[in-house]
Amino acid sequence: MFQTLIEILPGVLLGGFVLGCVYAMIAIGYTMVYGVLQLINFAHSEIFMIGAVAGLEITRGLQAHVQQPYLLLLCALLGASATGAFTAMAVERLAYRPLRRRGSTNRLVPLITAIGVSFLLQDLVKLTEALWHNEFFLKFPTIDAFNYTIELPYNTLLQVKSIVVIVISLLMALLMYFVVNKTRLGLSIRAVAQDPRAASLMGINPDKVIAHTFGIGGALGGVAGVLFGLQYSVLSPYVGFIPGVKAFTAAVLGGIGSMPGALVGGLLLGQLETIGGTYLPLLTDGNIGTEYKDIIAFLILIVLLLFRPQGLLGSAAPEKV
Amino acid sequence: MLRFISSVSLVAAATFASSAFAEQTIKIVSASPLSGEQASLGSQIKDGAQIAIEEAQPAFAKMGFKLELAPQDDQANPDTGVAVAKRIVNDNQVLGVVGHFNSGVGLPASEVYKDFNLVMVSPANTNPKITDRGYANVNRVCGRDDVQGPAGSEFATGELKAKKIFIIHDKTAYGQGVAEAFRDTSKKTGATVLSFTGTEEKSDFTSLTQQIKALKPDLIYFGGVYSQGGPLLKQIRDAGLKAYFLGPDGLDSSDFVKLAGSTAKGAYFTTVAGPVDKYPKAAKFAAAFKAKFNHSPESFALYSYDSARVILEATTAAIKANGGKMPTRDAVSKEVRKVNFEGITGTIAFDSKGDRKKSDYYIMLLKDGTYPGVVEKVVSVAPPTSVK
Repeated sequence: MFQTLIEILPGVLLGGFVLGCVYAMIAIGYTMVYGVLQLINFAHSEIFMIGAVAGLEITRGLQAHVQQPYLLLLCALLGASATGAFTAMAVERLAYRPLRRRGSTNRLVPLITAIGVSFLLQDLVKLTEALWHNEFFLKFPTIDAFNYTIELPYNTLLQVKSIVVIVISLLMALLMYFVVNKTRLGLSIRAVAQDPRAASLMGINPDKVIAHTFGIGGALGGVAGVLFGLQYSVLSPYVGFIPGVKAFTAAVLGGIGSMPGALVGGLLLGQLETIGGTYLPLLTDGNIGTEYKDIIAFLILIVLLLFRPQGLLGSAAPEKV
Repeated sequence: MLRFISSVSLVAAATFASSAFAEQTIKIVSASPLSGEQASLGSQIKDGAQIAIEEAQPAFAKMGFKLELAPQDDQANPDTGVAVAKRIVNDNQVLGVVGHFNSGVGLPASEVYKDFNLVMVSPANTNPKITDRGYANVNRVCGRDDVQGPAGSEFATGELKAKKIFIIHDKTAYGQGVAEAFRDTSKKTGATVLSFTGTEEKSDFTSLTQQIKALKPDLIYFGGVYSQGGPLLKQIRDAGLKAYFLGPDGLDSSDFVKLAGSTAKGAYFTTVAGPVDKYPKAAKFAAAFKAKFNHSPESFALYSYDSARVILEATTAAIKANGGKMPTRDAVSKEVRKVNFEGITGTIAFDSKGDRKKSDYYIMLLKDGTYPGVVEKVVSVAPPTSVK
């Protein structure tokens, strides 16, 4: 028995890693917006879903014309990140900015708006797909090159698409780190995050910076959506909800507001979920079933936050007055 | 809520208005998911009933009644289903319900119908409790999970010679119910049940595929619906696992093949509704269906057509008994239990609980990965007599 438990370990870790990468990319979007606005943008899970659906439609449309699989994926990624960025910025412009303009200091109002926007976007996609293709479940087109399998030790099968997901997410995380820490835009984002009023006195337009932050987070959400579709193949208008909640959890786990924290939190949550969901049923002879995998992951989260309320890599920031 | 009140008052107004005229309206409701995840199966139910209603309209016009179908969307959601039920019981013109699709919705909704004696004939509710409650107004034309599960199990341990079985279910009244029936029979026939686990996961099944890899079953049973079963099967095969895959009639949809892709090839499912070409009498219906909706009828459409015909047959009998006047719901309910006619799915007659006296159970194989696959085995079984 011990032998078999070891044999499946590579498969479990790989599965957890891929899942964690998707969580991490969504989590970065949550954490960036939280950083500048202290707003939990619940509509972000729908930006992710819209990106996924856009990527799927682009792949479906171009598949007959573009033979090169990586070029096809690139088109889908670019299209989805543009759609994600556009939707996120539109939501910010139409729903959140008017609230800010009215000088509402109540944190609950934008939060409820975000939840409302989330429902609206879900149903918009549902309506569009119903009218366009009369479909609810969308199947991501199969691209043969990405389904090619590599055999690892212990009969572990690794599909090329999993490598693609891992590589692209890590590249995107690196790119984000570079943008935030090494560019002028990143500097202004950090300035607004620290103190919007002081930043505006230094000649930074906070509204513009906030819009850009939403755009970057949305683009990343769109990319995450395409990778999610490529990996798990089935999409629906409600597909964003669960990964969205998990990614938000990952952002809190890593320390909300911290970008490396979102990455670490996402990867950790992906692993906890998969390892717990696989091994606990095997070790308890099925008495703790796979259905408890979320409970396992979230129990660890609760315990961790009891000892480190600011999250793994978050800094205990002084309360803004 | 406002919408609810206004629709009730509209309905009341409509009832009042129509009673003033000579021609009265009779409405038959189809209740199934028309939006959301399970819309593709649910709309088959609406469409099947619609064909039956349109065929019967001239005959009802002769008797002086305007016959209408009132399609309702229960969204495969128990709460919505109960809301729909409460709305339609208040419409006096409604004399029967064809539905629901999900047992989890049909169970609470039928509690509402029961209080108003409104007859319900389900084309697809397979959970044993639907009829085991012994309600006089609740019937079904399809089989039961406590026969479907065992029928699947007998095929798995018999024809497929499965010794070690891994069971997954979706934690709904339907999926878990049929999986439990499958498990119990499998244990009795001497097979080992390696695991019996529920999951609400929809995208990433790594935890399950890796457990399957560790436990090495020769058959995987999935009690649930295609929306989960399709991606699950795909990921099982992608992980290089070759065990047999078997599921209940929740997989009986062309969408299952769409979502599982090429991995659907070789998968088995049991169903209470055989493929359309299995029923010689269904050819005319299939042609009418195709002409009207521009897509082929899938299995539940046939059962829905027959459900609607049961209600229409009973309504006609009740009208005659009432001297050509609008019958009561109670009378229609009683007449349904008395029907005995040749439907397109075979002879339809109900026992004292509302189960069909004899139902067919099919075991299907997706031989070349296309829907509906080929029939591997058919068994005709009477419902279990003992009421739990």
